[in-house]
Amino acid sequence: MTPSIGSLPPKYRVTVDHDRCMLCGRCVENCAYGAFRMENDRILTNSRVCTACHRCVAFCPRDAIDVSERPLDYRSHPVWTRGVREAIYNQARTGKIVLSGMGNALDYPMIFDRLVLDACQVTNPSIDPLREPMELRTYLGKKPQRLDLKRREDGEVDLLTELAPNLCLETPIMIGHMSYGAISLNAQLSMARGVTEAGTFMGTGEGGLPEPLHPYQGHMIVQVASGRFGVDIDYLERGAAIEIKIGQGAKPGIGGHLPGEKVNGAISKTRMIPIGSDAISPAPHHDIYSIEDLAQLVRSLKEATEWKKPVFVKIAAVHNVAAIAAGIARSSADAVVIDGFRGGTGAAPRVFRDHVGIPVEAAVAAVDAKLRNQGIRNEVSVIASGGIRESTDVAKIIALGADAVYIGTGALVALGCRVCGNCYRGLCPWGIATQRQDLVDRIDPEVGGRQVANLIHGWTLELMDLMGAAGINSIESLRGNRDRLRGYMIDQALMDVLDVKSVGA
Amino acid sequence: MEELVIDAAGVHYTPLNREIRAAVAAGVKRIRLENVLGQRFIANGVRGDVAIEVHGVPGGDLGMFMSGPRIEVFGNAEHAPGNTMDAGEIVVHGSAGDAVGHSMRGGRIFVEGAIGYRGGIHMKQYEGKRPVLVIGEYARAFLGEYMAGGTVLILARHGGPAVAERGLGSGIHGGEIVLRGGVDPVYLGAGASEVALTDEDWERVLHLVREYARHFGVDPAPFERRDEYIRIVPASARPFASKYAWE
Repeated sequence: MTPSIGSLPPKYRVTVDHDRCMLCGRCVENCAYGAFRMENDRILTNSRVCTACHRCVAFCPRDAIDVSERPLDYRSHPVWTRGVREAIYNQARTGKIVLSGMGNALDYPMIFDRLVLDACQVTNPSIDPLREPMELRTYLGKKPQRLDLKRREDGEVDLLTELAPNLCLETPIMIGHMSYGAISLNAQLSMARGVTEAGTFMGTGEGGLPEPLHPYQGHMIVQVASGRFGVDIDYLERGAAIEIKIGQGAKPGIGGHLPGEKVNGAISKTRMIPIGSDAISPAPHHDIYSIEDLAQLVRSLKEATEWKKPVFVKIAAVHNVAAIAAGIARSSADAVVIDGFRGGTGAAPRVFRDHVGIPVEAAVAAVDAKLRNQGIRNEVSVIASGGIRESTDVAKIIALGADAVYIGTGALVALGCRVCGNCYRGLCPWGIATQRQDLVDRIDPEVGGRQVANLIHGWTLELMDLMGAAGINSIESLRGNRDRLRGYMIDQALMDVLDVKSVGA
Repeated sequence: MEELVIDAAGVHYTPLNREIRAAVAAGVKRIRLENVLGQRFIANGVRGDVAIEVHGVPGGDLGMFMSGPRIEVFGNAEHAPGNTMDAGEIVVHGSAGDAVGHSMRGGRIFVEGAIGYRGGIHMKQYEGKRPVLVIGEYARAFLGEYMAGGTVLILARHGGPAVAERGLGSGIHGGEIVLRGGVDPVYLGAGASEVALTDEDWERVLHLVREYARHFGVDPAPFERRDEYIRIVPASARPFASKYAWE
């Protein structure tokens, strides 16, 4: 049966300026999708396969390549958008669920961009981070309700309260969980080097901990997700902390699976499954069907690692996120990760990516308020993730109540990612979302590590300046400090949730 | 080395496990826990070559993440014994609760009686590690869902069906579920299909039947009729492949 829909307009058009082109062939070499070929001393292009990853543009020494988006668009219509029409064509052909890459692609208003930060003028002096110490060190984990102290005869004071293990971050910026398999070893190694240098942490995702990452294990948070891939006692003991993944902002409520074709020898080894086997993570953990069961898994992980490691629980930001987080705070967990609906992913059903879940700004504000109202804010740290794009987002989400953030896409962009959204193809020309060795080799972990460390360093400097300008010299004084935020053109209901005033008020 | 006896009466699981770990580190090879009453997480994450006898009823997640020890329970076991277990053995002289052997990647579990829901769910195998779950009587719904490896064997010693509830092997993409006395196909989950045993399968199953009989001191002869057994295997190694299309 020949489909009657015909071919769709190309998404991109690649053109080569032959006057500028010096026929070096770098575009042919760099494009993993085969958009370029050299014939009779001329570069020819196939726009149909282009993903606008810009690898060719970035490596053309003559700026001879131009990639334009939607060179031939559909007849414009505010309801029947290109995305909507193309999903229908796809499903009319296949009858299946449409999968897509990266994060939420719908044009929802960005709450971060409707919140403005404060600065000192006259009545209180701003602080110059160059001459004053700025405290960004952040401890993640349980804080005691009170401290019991005893003074010894020699005048020294002993602490009688037993403290729960905490993670010590030099800056409140961590890198979230992206598994070996979803991304390449060199991408993971780059981030591992970056977070180690920056004195912070990154997540392993549910792909195990490959041996080359063992030297950085003191900066790795190991993940236990519903598939339990790569999880054994050795893995749990290596991690600086353990994170139970309940849900993910990009696809709340559903599981995930790494298709068998991506399970090569090395990935099979770290996930501990046969080569070529699908790695299926069910939607729920089948040993967690209640909040009590979650507490059991949290305590089981602690018991297995002799109560030496903080245990985090990551949930997707959904409607009742505050009540759920309050339950988690009572489960012995040390931190709750709130993953907003803009969180990225290698692959998610389009409808979930774009329509399920809520923004992290509202979720974190609601969670922080609920925990404070119940008097248990000290029981868990709050980590915000999903759509953190720059240092101001970090400052704003901390002012809304978060202790620290996870970045994901941002760290990949620091490695060259152009957010083309074709992660699932396995052909990432930047060597990130691929396992093809020649592509993986495009990342030198030393260089990549430098870039990731630079990004975290740059944001940290900006964070210090933003705090100094607001007259704040410690991140603790920014945390939950909604007075440093004002809402600009936000409706009253959302302002109430965020607990911020309007600009001018 | 002589046996270490620990009276678990009224002892919280953390100090109990601390004592077990210290004993294993000191080279003790046999530990006997008396008066166990609902303590969870016994021998969680414990490595090494040690035999632990549990007298009483242990709580949930018995031997979770365990790598090596042999646990023998004289009583029933609660929720998820052998959860995400790596290596070793758990023998239960009684019945066990839900999610027995959940995500188990290695080792063996023998339950003399019956088990609850979601037994053997998401068991998996890798190279030499092939987990085994043998049940004497029957299992409740959702047995062996998402199974990615290993063997579940149910002997139906109680005279009724091994499984008579839905969700049997839904999403199974590796491993096998072997049932004595067959199963009504209405209970087979999506992606699971029934096949007959080959000679090689039967050799493996017979070995497990005899091992079960040895553990619980029963005569294996009544369970050695090959024609009574059926095998549930994946219809495909990619149960979800037909559900999705790329953007």
